[in-house]
Amino acid sequence: MSRLRERLVAASTGGRKAMGIFVTGGFPSPDASPGILRAIDAGNADFIELGMPFSDPLAEGLPIQQASERALAAGASMRHTLEIAAGFRSGSSTPLVLMGYVNPVFRYGVDRFFGDARDAGVDALILPDLPPEERGLVAGAAERHGIDLVHLVAPNTPDDRVARVDALSGGFVYAVSITGLTGTGLGTVDAVSAYLERIRPLVRRNPLLVGFGIRSADDARRLTASTDGFIVGSALIREIERLWDDPDLDEPTRLARVTAFVTGLRP
Amino acid sequence: MTPSALSIPDETGHFGPYGGTYVPEILVPATQALAEAYREARNDPGFVSELDDLLANYVGRPTPLTYAGRLTAHLGGARIWLKREDLCHTGAHKINNTVGQILLARRMGKTRIIAETGAGQHGVATATVCARFGLQCVVYMGSEDMERQRLNVLRMRLLGAEVRPATSGSRTLKDATNEAIRDWVTNVHDTFYIIGSVVGPHPYPMMVRDFQRVIGLETRRQLLETEGRETPDALVACVGGGSNAIGLFHPFLDDRSVAIYGVEAAGEGLGGRHAATLTKGSPGILHGAMSYLLQDDDGQVELAHSISAGLDYPGVGPEHAWLKDTGRVTYRSATDEEALEGVRLLSTFEGIIPALETAHAVALLPELTRSLGRDRVLVLGCSGRGDKDMGTIAEHV
Repeated sequence: MSRLRERLVAASTGGRKAMGIFVTGGFPSPDASPGILRAIDAGNADFIELGMPFSDPLAEGLPIQQASERALAAGASMRHTLEIAAGFRSGSSTPLVLMGYVNPVFRYGVDRFFGDARDAGVDALILPDLPPEERGLVAGAAERHGIDLVHLVAPNTPDDRVARVDALSGGFVYAVSITGLTGTGLGTVDAVSAYLERIRPLVRRNPLLVGFGIRSADDARRLTASTDGFIVGSALIREIERLWDDPDLDEPTRLARVTAFVTGLRP
Repeated sequence: MTPSALSIPDETGHFGPYGGTYVPEILVPATQALAEAYREARNDPGFVSELDDLLANYVGRPTPLTYAGRLTAHLGGARIWLKREDLCHTGAHKINNTVGQILLARRMGKTRIIAETGAGQHGVATATVCARFGLQCVVYMGSEDMERQRLNVLRMRLLGAEVRPATSGSRTLKDATNEAIRDWVTNVHDTFYIIGSVVGPHPYPMMVRDFQRVIGLETRRQLLETEGRETPDALVACVGGGSNAIGLFHPFLDDRSVAIYGVEAAGEGLGGRHAATLTKGSPGILHGAMSYLLQDDDGQVELAHSISAGLDYPGVGPEHAWLKDTGRVTYRSATDEEALEGVRLLSTFEGIIPALETAHAVALLPELTRSLGRDRVLVLGCSGRGDKDMGTIAEHV
């Protein structure tokens, strides 16, 4: 069982909902990134989802688009993201999931990417623009290097397809809460809950985690009634933006607030 | 035996390694439903006859195949024929595709139409069919393109469309496409995305090509009437995303005697800022498909540059990537300056002011016609007219 799966099972066994925290690598600057990962870890995230910046992130709302742009402008690169991962792994056993778009992975060289990611201590990969239909591009390399490939389902995914995604997914199944972009509103929570209840019995092999639009412990509580855990991204990105754009705050204060923010997301 | 070029893409939308469906999960059911609706529609005589009627009585097809006599004499080589897509309603080939897609949108019960546009020709062609059928229309356009193609923005608004500026990145076609896809992700239940070129996820590259094939099919018929032969010695067309080019080329791909040339935008020159994706790019994945891409070593998409907003795109249709790799089509490029010279050439010798996009193909004529020689026949895809570009042309000439 992978380190990621062990952690998710342990959360479930302990009666907790798993909490994954997303942050863009190299945001707000390559220098600040390693400290931010440690601060998230100190807030007891069950895993960290580290974003690989891309120039054209199709599924992202403004916060993560802008974080990606800012990281790239500050000199972020794939090599740097993998260095951040390796640096983090040398001081923590918290599972690490990379999230990004398929082109930078393809350009890096698929096999080389998975090998280097494995060496950097990465446990899983989420590629939102690589649906199961195209997984052949990376599935062999993922298997060879022992990295879980997480697939997604959405509110408009039909039942039979949800089951198929579950059969192909590794680590967990990522349930996109809404038909929309990251960081947008959840709409009527009843509709989200009905969708999650519908897919719950269809996802049997993997833990089911929900993400997109979750901003608070309240949101997390409501959306985890029928899931094993939740992921927060844009809300933390906005918080980091506020903290690092405030010239009156010093680095230790900013990092302490990141930890407090993450801790505060636990339902 | 070489397999027919007409048998691709495969069931899953792949042209060799290119194409495919690299989209967020939310769009997978939508692209699958579209592929199924399109498959049914093309086999439905009712759909086919409604489309044919619109092409004949609304778009104005068939478009003429015009003999460019003075230009032929001036260049002293192969006989030049112009396939006059500039005479289509709205001034370019784009409407061949939008009439097809709007019929599909209606068939699928979608009530809201979105589109991306570069030069504004596809935006205008989409706004036009939305007005014709009374559907809500939102067009995404890079804010820089809105500036340099002001006239088309006015046309779209007059036609009742909402033009939304894309203000991220290069503020051109690539960014307008990002915004349109994000809109589609958010409003997928009632929204139909009319893509303007042979790009995007399956089935778009195949479907848009099929809607544009009418260009090449008519050319075959017209050549038989005028030259007494169905196939020319050479075809040439400009390539941005590549829809007018594939529309002209596709019915000739299996005729090995036809030399085929696609012309990309070399911008300021291939050593500087350009949009010559096939000439200078490398395989990559953008906007739902694998194809050639202008990108840096880290896989970040690079900014394209062309004087022509319609060619100013860092990607290209996946079928063109395949035709390049197989060697069936030769891809060349023309600079901004050469395109302006092309505008002058067609305007002064034939009384046809071409779009800046089309002018890139015109720029290759002196070399091509001379190398072919006098007794040969060449067809140029005259994809659009230059009215929209008069501001840009005036600045440079």
